[in-house]
Amino acid sequence: MYQYIARRLILTIPVVIGVSIIVFSIIRMIPGDPARAIAGVQATPEFIAQVRERYALDRPLYVQYGLFVSGLVRGDLGQSTFSGRAVTTEIRERFPRTLTLASISLLIATVVGVSAGIVSATRRNSVFDNVSMFVALVGVAAPVFWLALMLQLLFSVQLRLLPATGLGTWRHLVLPSITLGMASAALMARITRSSMLDVLKQEYITTARAKGLGERVIIYKHALKNALIPVVTVLGLQFGILLGGAVLTETVFAWPGVGRLLVDAILRRDYPVVQGTVLLLAFLFVLINLVVDVIYAFLDPRIHYQSGGGE
Amino acid sequence: MGPEKLQTSSALEAGTTGAATTPRKKTSEFREVFKYLLRNRGAVIGLIIIGFFIIASLAAPLLATHSATSTSLANRLQPASGAHWLGTDELGRDLYSRMLYGGRISLNIGIISVLIGALLGVPIGAISGYYGGKLDIITQRFIDIMIAFPGILLAIVVVTVLGVGVQNVMIATGIASVPIYARLVRGSVLSIKEQSYVTAARAAGLRDGTIIFKHVLPNCLAPLIVQSTFQIATSILWAAGLGFLGLGAQAPTPEWGAILSNGRAYIRTAHHLTTFPGLAILFMVLGFNLVGDGLRDALDPKTR
Repeated sequence: MYQYIARRLILTIPVVIGVSIIVFSIIRMIPGDPARAIAGVQATPEFIAQVRERYALDRPLYVQYGLFVSGLVRGDLGQSTFSGRAVTTEIRERFPRTLTLASISLLIATVVGVSAGIVSATRRNSVFDNVSMFVALVGVAAPVFWLALMLQLLFSVQLRLLPATGLGTWRHLVLPSITLGMASAALMARITRSSMLDVLKQEYITTARAKGLGERVIIYKHALKNALIPVVTVLGLQFGILLGGAVLTETVFAWPGVGRLLVDAILRRDYPVVQGTVLLLAFLFVLINLVVDVIYAFLDPRIHYQSGGGE
Repeated sequence: MGPEKLQTSSALEAGTTGAATTPRKKTSEFREVFKYLLRNRGAVIGLIIIGFFIIASLAAPLLATHSATSTSLANRLQPASGAHWLGTDELGRDLYSRMLYGGRISLNIGIISVLIGALLGVPIGAISGYYGGKLDIITQRFIDIMIAFPGILLAIVVVTVLGVGVQNVMIATGIASVPIYARLVRGSVLSIKEQSYVTAARAAGLRDGTIIFKHVLPNCLAPLIVQSTFQIATSILWAAGLGFLGLGAQAPTPEWGAILSNGRAYIRTAHHLTTFPGLAILFMVLGFNLVGDGLRDALDPKTR
C-alpha cells in the first residue's frame, strides 16, 4: 500500500506543475499586451512599463515562468489591479469564508444524502424511496443559482425568516449552505442507495440473514461499511466541486469568499487575482483528490495489488 | 453547487457501463434497446420533455407571439397575461418569445459542446488506451491536469482567455468535457483491446487505425451514448451558469441563464423573470438526465 501511496504522490507532481503552467498562461494567452492585462485597464504607460520590467515580460517565456514560480513559492502572486492590495492578502481574507461555506454544505449533503440513501435502499419502492429519489432527480437538475434565488424569495422576501445576502451571524450561512449542498446531497443519496442495494444482494448478507441476525445489525454493521466505499470517493470529489461551485452560490448570496472574488476579478479584468484564485482552487482540488485516493487505499484493500496509479 | 455536480455522477455512473463491453450491435439489438428504453417510465418522460423542447425550439418563429428582442418600455415588468403569456422583462420584451429562442441556444450549446468534447476526447482516450506505454502515461498526466480544475472552473478559465459570448461558451464547455470523454474511452479501450476479436484482427495484420475505428471504437459506443446524454445536461447547466455570471451570452441574446441573471434585480416585484427561465433549465436538464439513466440501464446487458 505504501508503494501505491508513494506512486500516487509522485504522480501529483506533474499535475501541480501543469496546473501552474496553465494558470501562468492565462494572462499570456489573452489577446493583446500581457503587461497591460496585469497593470489594469486604466494604467498609465509608465506603470505598464514598470510591470513589464517587474514580470520580465520582454524576456523569454521560461524566464517569466521561473519568476512566476519563485513568486509562488514566496507567496507573492502580484497585486490586484482593482484594489492595489496583494493577491495573497485578498485570498487569505476570503478563503476561510469559502472553506466554512463548503464544509457546512458538505456536512449537510452527507448527513441528508447518506441517510436518505440508506432509508431508500432498505425500503425500496416505498413512498419514502419514491419521493426522495424524485427530489434527488430534481436536485441534480436544478441550476444552483436559480435554487438560490427561489430560496431567497421564499425565506427572505415572503416569510422574512432568514437574511437574503451578506455575512455576520449563523443565519447568513443557512440559505447559501443549503443551496450549495443540495446537488451534492441529491447525488450522494442516489449513490448511497444504489451502492447499498448492490451490497444487500451479496451472499454474505444472505448468510447473515440466514444466521438469524436482526435487520438493523445487518444493515448498520455489515452492509453499510462496504456500501459507503464509493460514497467516500464521491465525498472527497464533492468537496472540491463544492469549492468550485461556490463561484455561483457566493455570487447570488453576496458571500465575500474566493468564488465571488474570482467572478468579480474576471469581470473587472483583474488578471493577477484571477490567476491567484484559480491556482488556489485547482491546487486544493488536487490535494483533496490525493487525500481521497489515500483514504480509499486504506478502505479498499484490493488497491494493494493494482499497479495502476491514480486511475 | 450546480452545473458541476453532474460531471461526477455521470462519469461514475456511465463508467459502470464502460466495463460491460458488449459485442458489436446489430440493428435488431438497437431495436431491442429502444424497446427496453420505452418500457422505462422515467426515460419516456425524459424523451417527451426533450421532444417538447426540440419542437418548441425548431418552431420558435412560428410559436413566438412577439419579437424576442424588440423593447417596449410602456410594457415593462408586466405579469403573465393574455397578451404576454409569461409576462415581460425590464425592457418590456415578451418573456415567452424570448424563452422560445433561448431554448434554441441552450440546446445548441448542449449538443455542440458535447460534439467538441467527444471529437477531441474520444481520439485522445482511444489512442492512449490502445497504445499504452509512455504515450498513455503522458496523455493521462495531461488529462489529470485538466481534471484538476473542478467542474465549471475549467470552463471559466477558457472563457477568461477567449472572452464572453455564446460561441466561446460552446468551446469552453466543450473543452471542459474533453477529460471526461478521454477517461471514459480509455477505460473502455483498455478492456476491449484484450478481447479475442481484437487479438485476431491484429494477427490478421490489420492496421492499428483500422482496428481502432472498426473494432474498438464501435464497442465503446454504449458508454459514449450514455455519457453524452448526461454531458448535454451538464453543458446546458454550465452554460447557464456562465450566462448567469455575465461570462456567457451577452445582451440582447435571450439565453436562459442571462435572462435569469437580469431578472434578479426585480425578484421582489417581478419574480416571473427568474422563475420561468429557471424552470425551463431544470426541465431540459431533467429530460436529458432521465433519458441518460434509461439508456444506461437499456444498454447494460446486466440490468436488461
